[in-house]
Amino acid sequence: MDLSIFTEYGPRLLAGFRLTIICWLLGTVFGAALGLLIAVAQRYGGRTVRWALQTYIELIRGTPFLVQLFLLYYGGPMIGLRLDPMPAGLLGLTIYGSPYFAEIFRSAFRAVPLGLIEAGRAIGMTELAIVRRILLPVGLVSAVPALVNFSIILTKETVILSIITVPEVMYQTQYMATMTFTFLEGYFTLALFFWAFVEVISRLGRRLERRITRHLIERT
Amino acid sequence: MVEASSVEIRKVNKYYGPFQALKDVDLTIPPGKVTCLIGPSGSGKSTLLRCINFLEEYDSGEIRIDGQLIGYEAPGRKMSGRKLRAMRRSIGMVFQQFNLWPHMTALGNVAEGLVRVRGLRKAEAETRAAEALAKVGLADKMGNHPSRLSGGQQQRVAIARAIAMEPRLMLFDEPTSALDPELVGEVLNVMKTLAAEGMTMVVVTHEMGFAAHVADQVAFMEKGELVGVDSPAGILHHPEDIRIQGFLRTYHERNSF
Repeated sequence: MDLSIFTEYGPRLLAGFRLTIICWLLGTVFGAALGLLIAVAQRYGGRTVRWALQTYIELIRGTPFLVQLFLLYYGGPMIGLRLDPMPAGLLGLTIYGSPYFAEIFRSAFRAVPLGLIEAGRAIGMTELAIVRRILLPVGLVSAVPALVNFSIILTKETVILSIITVPEVMYQTQYMATMTFTFLEGYFTLALFFWAFVEVISRLGRRLERRITRHLIERT
Repeated sequence: MVEASSVEIRKVNKYYGPFQALKDVDLTIPPGKVTCLIGPSGSGKSTLLRCINFLEEYDSGEIRIDGQLIGYEAPGRKMSGRKLRAMRRSIGMVFQQFNLWPHMTALGNVAEGLVRVRGLRKAEAETRAAEALAKVGLADKMGNHPSRLSGGQQQRVAIARAIAMEPRLMLFDEPTSALDPELVGEVLNVMKTLAAEGMTMVVVTHEMGFAAHVADQVAFMEKGELVGVDSPAGILHHPEDIRIQGFLRTYHERNSF
């Protein structure tokens, strides 16, 4: 064990940690936003829209993230889409996550009892008001556990961005390990980081879940 | 007294695929009166009720509220969403499962339509919502979420949500069927008060006592057909049709011990 490497490579690793967290956060937020749009469009769109979105979902879900990323980063320039590693990585994460998020939202919306929607229609609410005031708030609450779960999966997908040279924590660790042959120390630290990161997210998730379901607990 | 609507139902048919849920139903609902729809389950009474505010689309025939056709501009041509919403604004509906919005308080549930549909400011809406809740005896439960209310209280909030919109017609879809027996009375009492104020009410119910004492007319349905319409005494005590006699016999057998 050689711990002196951390004094030399510590700043690099910390920068990597920070970038990983940023990639995860933005990837999750954008992916969830895109997924939400897809789910709403699927619910209210016509047959063609639904078919197109279903095809998108199946194509993205049916292909490996790494392949999607290579297509975007190396294949993109051939059709005029030239992106730096970081934007490419974020776009990739967003696209990769969106169908899973869309499916989470879709099933959460389906779990909203039709009666709640009908109650809105019966008093003359517009469909848009029903989506905003009833479908989203009720559906999102039941989606939270699945959303937290998938965002945890995404934390670990961020390491793949290292392959297109996004200098996140995997990239920095690899760099340090190759320069100093400290594979055990380096990757062990990396594993610890992810474990702690996921632990924090899942605790925050549980707290969020408790908070937003407080009013749903039946009186005894 | 409230301004009360009348409803004319003429030759209404409704199909679910090959199954005919409503067969040439004719019924006149006079203003300011209580009409109870009774009959065995699956007879089409809830379907008919839901056609009145077009939550269920009927396939042919006409349903007119104060003379205005609901759901269609003309036979076969659907009404715009905007027009339909405008008509629904004056039709209150109460559901079997209450259908309160779980993320809003009792006050929020009642105020929602006033803000979103009537365009009232929040403060004004909440004042009116509080009045409606007081009317159903829930002034002290305004801040509770539905999960913290009993079934009877939830249904009364649902009634307040409907009456806050100042409807001219109220539809009740088995309003007490999901309630524990001891909670039925409080909901029926609120409905009696409404009836006494001259609200036009259409009530799908299995509460024969309510039908007997509160209804002005009772309509009996079976297998999608309207078998008979008469005064409560006429239907419940001297039914001529053998199908009504059979239904009541079963009802009495089940409720005697």
